[in-house]
Amino acid sequence: MSEATASHEGITGLVDDWAADKQAYHVPWGKAMMWIFLVSDTFIFSCFLVGYLNVRITTTQPWPPQSEIFALSFGGDPIPLILIAIMTFILITSSGTMALAVNFGYRKDKAKTFWLICATAAFGASFVGMQAFEWTKLIVDEGVRPWGNPFGAPQFGSVFFMVTGFHGLHVSAGVIYLMWVAFRVKRGYYDDKGFEIVEIAGLYWHFVDLVWVFIFAFFYLL
Amino acid sequence: MASAEGQQHPLGIYYKIWILLFVLSGFSYAVDYFEVQGALRWTLVITFMFLKAGFIVAIFMHAVWERLALVMTILGPPTVLLILIGFMSIEGSYTEGLRFDYMGHDRDAVALTPAELHGEEGDHGGEEEH
Repeated sequence: MSEATASHEGITGLVDDWAADKQAYHVPWGKAMMWIFLVSDTFIFSCFLVGYLNVRITTTQPWPPQSEIFALSFGGDPIPLILIAIMTFILITSSGTMALAVNFGYRKDKAKTFWLICATAAFGASFVGMQAFEWTKLIVDEGVRPWGNPFGAPQFGSVFFMVTGFHGLHVSAGVIYLMWVAFRVKRGYYDDKGFEIVEIAGLYWHFVDLVWVFIFAFFYLL
Repeated sequence: MASAEGQQHPLGIYYKIWILLFVLSGFSYAVDYFEVQGALRWTLVITFMFLKAGFIVAIFMHAVWERLALVMTILGPPTVLLILIGFMSIEGSYTEGLRFDYMGHDRDAVALTPAELHGEEGDHGGEEEH
């Protein structure tokens, strides 16, 4: 199908020249588009994190002690950063179930794929639930606001709500997207089309986990 | 290359990477739990972070099995962010210096911990505004 010479003039020629037989990525188009979307999303999250770097360096007020602010007590002494650690483990677990779902999808094992995607979405939903708990604790108990907090630099609040909020939005959207894909898998919608869609949805989900790796390191640990 | 007919790999590799990600996350958390501070904290946290990110992209997102054209599209553009990070940290340090030297900001200010905050409220019967 590779024609080296230009065959049409005018608008048809324009469309041909831009669209015909010039394939760069030898993957299904949906997968290439998902990757390009994820690269653009990388830049959005990077802008937030670089903005965080800049306000953290420029502020002359002390940065609030994250380890103690995000500590949680189960009856005894508060355990530092425990809720965030649990959230991290939940997201990694969900990434694992998603990787298995992709694998069983390509084996055309629809039942396993369906249940593994459902498990992934359930872990994602519980992550969002814990985040809601964390936000409530910070807003109601600790008095953290986007414009100030009782501990130190006011930028702490703005960065926290912006970065974790945008990430939480991605997780919520991912849960909806995964459930949509899961039910289409179950109904046999992809039997003829092929199961690349599970891998494409998986790429999005792993990306959400990937972003959390960076947020966990830069915002909570450092 | 597996790209054309989809990414099918043995399950074993996913289990191994899954366990590895748990272990690396555990290490990251241990750095905070055992209160490792200073340069060692930064080195450890950033090393574990890049290892985790690398394994997720390489194995879970199948980047190692993709063709170079796609891998370059994914990993190439974000490398310019290193320049942005460099510029912003230089500029940030300069701004911070100006605020200390010319605007009289306190170099020795210390953050309040939740324990101090809540202890204070208890002692004064919550009469203080924060």
